[in-house]
Amino acid sequence: MQGLIEFTQMIISGVATGCIYAIVALGFVLIYKASEIVNFAQGDLMMLGAFLGFSFITLLGMPFYLGLMLALACMALIGALLDRVVLRPMAGQPVFAIVIITIGIGFVIRAVVISVPGWGTETYGIATPYSGGVTTLGGLVISNEHLAIIGATLALVIVLYLFFRFTMLGVAMQATSQNQLAAYYVGVPVKSILSMIWAISAATAALVGILLAPITFVHVNMGFIGLKAFPAAVIGGFGSLPGAVVGGLIIGVVEALAGFYLPEGFKDIAAYVLMLLVLAVRPKGLFAQSVAKKV
Amino acid sequence: MHVPMKTSYNEDIRLIRQRGTLVWYALLALALLAAPFYLGEHHLSQLSFVGIYAIAGLGAMLLVGYTGQVSLGQAAFLAIGAYTEAILQKAGVPFAASLVLAGVMAGLTGAILSLSTARLAGIYLAIATLAFAFIVEEVLTRWESLTNGSLGILVKRIQVGGFTFDAEWKFYYLSTGLLVLVLWLMINLLRSRTGRALTAMRDSEISAQSLGIHLARYKAIVLALSGALTGVAGALYAHRIQFITPDQFTIMASVELLVLVVVGGLGSLHGAVFGAVFIVMLPQFIVLLRDAFGISSTYQAGLDAGVYGLLMVLFMLFEPHGIYGRWQKIKLYLDIFPFYRKATFRRQRMFQKSEQLR
Repeated sequence: MQGLIEFTQMIISGVATGCIYAIVALGFVLIYKASEIVNFAQGDLMMLGAFLGFSFITLLGMPFYLGLMLALACMALIGALLDRVVLRPMAGQPVFAIVIITIGIGFVIRAVVISVPGWGTETYGIATPYSGGVTTLGGLVISNEHLAIIGATLALVIVLYLFFRFTMLGVAMQATSQNQLAAYYVGVPVKSILSMIWAISAATAALVGILLAPITFVHVNMGFIGLKAFPAAVIGGFGSLPGAVVGGLIIGVVEALAGFYLPEGFKDIAAYVLMLLVLAVRPKGLFAQSVAKKV
Repeated sequence: MHVPMKTSYNEDIRLIRQRGTLVWYALLALALLAAPFYLGEHHLSQLSFVGIYAIAGLGAMLLVGYTGQVSLGQAAFLAIGAYTEAILQKAGVPFAASLVLAGVMAGLTGAILSLSTARLAGIYLAIATLAFAFIVEEVLTRWESLTNGSLGILVKRIQVGGFTFDAEWKFYYLSTGLLVLVLWLMINLLRSRTGRALTAMRDSEISAQSLGIHLARYKAIVLALSGALTGVAGALYAHRIQFITPDQFTIMASVELLVLVVVGGLGSLHGAVFGAVFIVMLPQFIVLLRDAFGISSTYQAGLDAGVYGLLMVLFMLFEPHGIYGRWQKIKLYLDIFPFYRKATFRRQRMFQKSEQLR
């Protein structure tokens, strides 16, 4: 019985970590679906969002939820600006050019965060109204931070589902992601749709950053977690929103189990090993949508 | 503009097409040969690094510039080459053999990696190679009995027979000589059947496939070759630095090699060399910049990241063909003055259909 509880405990903390990966992966997938751009700067956007949240909440002393909303809004604006200024001129260029440009954006964001006075390379925390406490359920003990992450992920997934399924804008975004030219012909303003998708993606990144803050603290290198979200997105099949969530959960749980049952060191690479194995069997991920590209 | 009139097939496949070029290359060779006589220790060691980076850059260029396969894991090959060399030298294997083995080892790893990545394209490959680099880095850190973990390995100087490469100029000749050898191999590889297949794959995988090019096999070949070249560079690097730890081969090193090929000029051998010169000079340029603006050294890390990032973004936006591309434009401008038109090199956009067809 004790073993079972321990196991469940581990699964739950794995699921919480997996939720983080899932939201970051959602950010990748949103942009990829809409514009076939893979945003290597997603992790750094998340870091920037966390720093913005830290500034609003801790430095300026705003209430938590107001600061959160402000940070999300700022990041949405930054996301849209990035699309307008840097990525729109690159439309129609080869994949590697865009990969390189997004890596470059990531570096620039890191440079900005390091050089802003009051941010720098120190480690900070954000005080949240829910942090510190635990919830007990039978024999299980779940920290409130983990609960908040799981809850926020659920809420985000539901909101995104409703948005893409039932709103005019969401349907227009789906049309854009399926065929930009056709969408343009039927009157979808493709360019501003793309900017909006970047805004949503950057805002979700900020959300993860702030949710993660009580657990890993706010730091310049927290963006590296974005690199763990790649396997999540890839396992899920890069073009699929549910796939990203499932991929994130799989990675989180596998990592938690590997940390417990395997020797030290395997935890950090479990995600990548798993991804290479999945790619060897299914080159387009588990939930692949795509067929061969036409010439 | 010089328009050559070719009268025989041999003329068409000659390595150096025009007599004028030959003169310039002869002058360059002379300048390089005589370098130890007029350059100080510091500049010579910089030139040795250019040789090492250029070899690694050629490996990356083959993969990214000629085959269109973006790799974010070149650091792994560099690490495997460096560690193989260090371990073999400890075991008493002579340099000539261990250098080749370092290349073979990295090449084999590339071939094994391609088992998992051969069917991947574009972004999946970039992420898979990134994952591979993380795994290699972790293995090097954890396999302490072999690699001494994060404490690192001391690497002795190169010894061939009774001759020790103990002075800067000796190492300089070695690295430059190897670079010339690798360049010559690359030129010949690129005009062989394999090289043409690689370029065809870059331009369109589907049309390459329909011309009978076995995509998976050629991807394995190119990954192995690129790995081998980068591995050789890694072996040289180990000897030059004389001390290797796993954290010299992080994702930053991979990104550095990517910057090298992008800034140098994708799809050109000149580009790899220009890029290497650029990468070696960049840290000094950053220090100059820092001093000029009076930025305190606490911001060093931010400045490094910022300069790398901005360079990548700006080059991709404004000069996607890199330094070599810019040089070609200037040359053409002078050649056909005053008839140069801006549109000569206009970038073509491809409004391709989505990959996500149902």
